[in-house]
Amino acid sequence: MSLMNIFDVAGSGMSAQTVRLNTISSNIANAESVSSNTDETYRAREPIFKAQLQAAMSNQPFDFSAKQMDMGGGVAVQGVVESDAPLQMRYEPDHPMADDNGYVAYPNVNVVEEMANMISAQRAFQTNVDVMSSAKTMMQQVLSLGR
Amino acid sequence: MAISIDKHFGLYQHALELRSQRANVLANNIANADTPGYKARDIDFQQMLKHRMGEASDLVPVATSDANHFSAVSQADTVTGLKFRNPINPSIDGNTVDSQQEKTEFAQNTMEYQAAFEFLNGKVKSLMSAIRGD
Repeated sequence: MSLMNIFDVAGSGMSAQTVRLNTISSNIANAESVSSNTDETYRAREPIFKAQLQAAMSNQPFDFSAKQMDMGGGVAVQGVVESDAPLQMRYEPDHPMADDNGYVAYPNVNVVEEMANMISAQRAFQTNVDVMSSAKTMMQQVLSLGR
Repeated sequence: MAISIDKHFGLYQHALELRSQRANVLANNIANADTPGYKARDIDFQQMLKHRMGEASDLVPVATSDANHFSAVSQADTVTGLKFRNPINPSIDGNTVDSQQEKTEFAQNTMEYQAAFEFLNGKVKSLMSAIRGD
């Protein structure tokens, strides 16, 4: 029954957006986490999304001989990567974490970008919730058939 | 008088199933609204309904001269009816999901599902009243 599958699809979308919100909150919380060593400085993180096949959801190998295209099984988080953007080197010689030249390495977190990402993730989450509640209504209707 | 329940339900049982499958495809588009490289898909409802009802579709298959030839009718068109959307403004990461469009399509699909359900429900109710005789 494909209506059941919608719950899995919308649920996967919701969990992927939650992972995204998690990384965003981590980035914003660590936006000012300084370090004198550029290797130890916090770097902005972001999740990588990947479309999933329906067969992957049910743990069954995809049947290529069956003449049908996979309807898709939602989205999965493939991993979380760190941003390659250059760190912000600020000249603060009085800072206790300043290096020999007086520079402090600030994370490469762009707070404005993170806020925009947060709104996008929030809206995407809401849409998935709406999809799920629509699917729920549709299923409840089927159960009332003939009454 | 023989009554074929299958005939009595007509196309509504097929319509209901296709609508739920289409809801699935659209939900998948919405879930992948932020996936890089994902291409939005949809079902050609009319063609699929024709196919389910056993009517000839408008698709013309390519002639084959050998048993080993692939049937050149695109499988995506005939069996699940999945097609890729023509994007209006694809994202720079290759994603072609237009979230607004998918949302409206999903809402419309839900309404049409409810319409098909009401018709089917009417058929079932009329059968029931015929059985009860009241």
